[in-house]
Amino acid sequence: MSQGTLSVPAAPAAAPPRGGALKRLSRRNSTVAFLLTLPLILLILGLVVYPFLYALYLSMLNKRMTRFIGWENFTFLLGRETFWNVVFQSVLFAVSAVLLKALIGFVLAHVLHALPSKGQRKWRGMLLVPWVIPPAISTLAWWWLFDPSYSAFNWALMGIGVDPVPWLGQAGWARFSVILVNVWYGSPFFMIMYLAALKSVPDQLYEAAAIDGASGWQKLRYVTFPMMRNIISITVLFSLIVTFANFDIVRILTNGGPQDTTHVFATYAFQVGIQSGDIPLGASVSLFMFPLLAVFAIFTLRGVNKRSKEMA
Amino acid sequence: MAQVTLRKVVKAYEGGVQAVKGIDLDIADHEFVVLVGPSGCGKSTTLRMIAGLEEISDGEIAIGGKVINDVPPRDRDIAMVFQNYALYPHMTVFDNMAFGLMLRKFPKEEIKRRVDNAARILDITPLLERKPKALSGGQRQRVAMGRAIVRDPKVFLFDEPLSNLDAKLRVQMRTEIKKVHQTVRTTTVYVTHDQVEAMTLADRVVVMNGGIIEQVGSPQELYHNPKTRFVAGFIGSPAMNFIPGRLENGAGALRVHLPNDIVLPVPAERTARYQNLAGREILFGIRPEHLTEAKNLDRPHFAPMTATPEVTEPMGMETLVHFKMAGAEICGRVDPLAPAAPGQPLPMAVDMSNMHILDPQSGRVL
Repeated sequence: MSQGTLSVPAAPAAAPPRGGALKRLSRRNSTVAFLLTLPLILLILGLVVYPFLYALYLSMLNKRMTRFIGWENFTFLLGRETFWNVVFQSVLFAVSAVLLKALIGFVLAHVLHALPSKGQRKWRGMLLVPWVIPPAISTLAWWWLFDPSYSAFNWALMGIGVDPVPWLGQAGWARFSVILVNVWYGSPFFMIMYLAALKSVPDQLYEAAAIDGASGWQKLRYVTFPMMRNIISITVLFSLIVTFANFDIVRILTNGGPQDTTHVFATYAFQVGIQSGDIPLGASVSLFMFPLLAVFAIFTLRGVNKRSKEMA
Repeated sequence: MAQVTLRKVVKAYEGGVQAVKGIDLDIADHEFVVLVGPSGCGKSTTLRMIAGLEEISDGEIAIGGKVINDVPPRDRDIAMVFQNYALYPHMTVFDNMAFGLMLRKFPKEEIKRRVDNAARILDITPLLERKPKALSGGQRQRVAMGRAIVRDPKVFLFDEPLSNLDAKLRVQMRTEIKKVHQTVRTTTVYVTHDQVEAMTLADRVVVMNGGIIEQVGSPQELYHNPKTRFVAGFIGSPAMNFIPGRLENGAGALRVHLPNDIVLPVPAERTARYQNLAGREILFGIRPEHLTEAKNLDRPHFAPMTATPEVTEPMGMETLVHFKMAGAEICGRVDPLAPAAPGQPLPMAVDMSNMHILDPQSGRVL
């Protein structure tokens, strides 16, 4: 263990240098550490850094990928109304879906936490189902529920005398529908994260709060919520990234329609880049997500870091 | 007025296990009462029932004459100090102490005045802006006490508050707690498993065992007049020695006859008390401090004996000697200058005026 740490240099008399430079190098802790992390570094280089740089390179080519055109693709996008619609819809989709997921997850976690531990497992398992089913499959089921001719929702609505709703046929309803499905799919993730956080709050804090005079609501506000803030921040950040970059739900449910009103960055990039054959433009669309998310991530993680340093 | 009254209080769990088996206790206003006993004796459960953190299965608890069985903790006007301090990690020391007052909608100036005052009593004024993570164990303990003091409640409840501190700090905080109580004079119920803590802090000690109260009394009373074998063995360290034997009349006096033909005379002033027990099997109890090196043998109630120590433990101010006597493992306390050494016969004296005679069946002190 003690060989060659920086604080305890090996006595030269006890360990005369034998062998070549390679052997000495391998004895140094920093070398060993580097070698041990090398697989991960290679993985990140291959799967994150290379695709990112390649996308950057692609986004600066012309449509036929024969000529370097600098920022032209980006300025072209900024001048198009459809693109601004996509930005608006992406933000609306991600922010409202994440807020709803966070809220529903919070409530579900509390309800689960309050259940006696016997019944808890069963309910936890059932509530996790939406998150466990591959979204491509579950979205197909939703699509069927929304279908103009066979919609089960409309059938139920008609049963109580309400006019059928054009779930996927009208901009407003279509936006609502994709958000609804995303919330249905993503809430269990929040629930399970919050449940873990709730279970890690020591009971004695609640007992102390009860004696200090806190009501149920005050315990939630002054004990539970502050103790969960880091988990909430990280979960929201993570979910925002995933929701912002969502592809499958929108692609299957509306394919961006009607009239491109439900397109988000990923589906729009797919349509422009793959379906319309302008790969450089598609790459530029997808790259717009990066600065937006990076700014949010930096602020969130800074807050998380500060709080975890202050608290135990 | 904040006396605490427990009447036939029972705590039963599902499956019929009883943690507390119907205890009665009266705690006077301003009194400092310590509940002491081994793990699982029901002392913490009793405290938590007073606090309202555990439901009372049967019986009645009253604070200040008002039955509080169905009153939630926040309306009982109590403050509690927990073993793990239970400070809110996201709040500063000031906010931790002010939290209870804030929830009760005290005016800001009043909160500040009270927190500053408590911080001064506890000597934590420079820490008020820190978060609990930046405090040592002793400082956290002070903050936890501060949180209780600012509330100015009817009753303080302490649940093993010193168990998480190291030995030196524990002694220091013990004095601190006593000092605080002498200043604020609030009725206090304190739970500990440490009999030294109990003896040093309490006006009255309540010894609990197996869900019942064995004995209630002042520290001196418990030490000199234990009522049961459990109390006799629990209070005092090292523990009291017990040797089975017989009381008999011989040579015109009452004597304790122990195995190996060891015979110890009962002092004259105790003869009347034990006379009717003559001929019965008894348990002879004697504390280590009453088994000393040979001294005072001219006095009538000191009986001579010889012991051969197997182990000696020098403590500085005294030396503990462990030896076999009448087939039992016995501990005595001798002067550090006495010639006590393993294997060397040592003349000793038994202070018979401090002996105890117990009924071996019931464990009661006779």
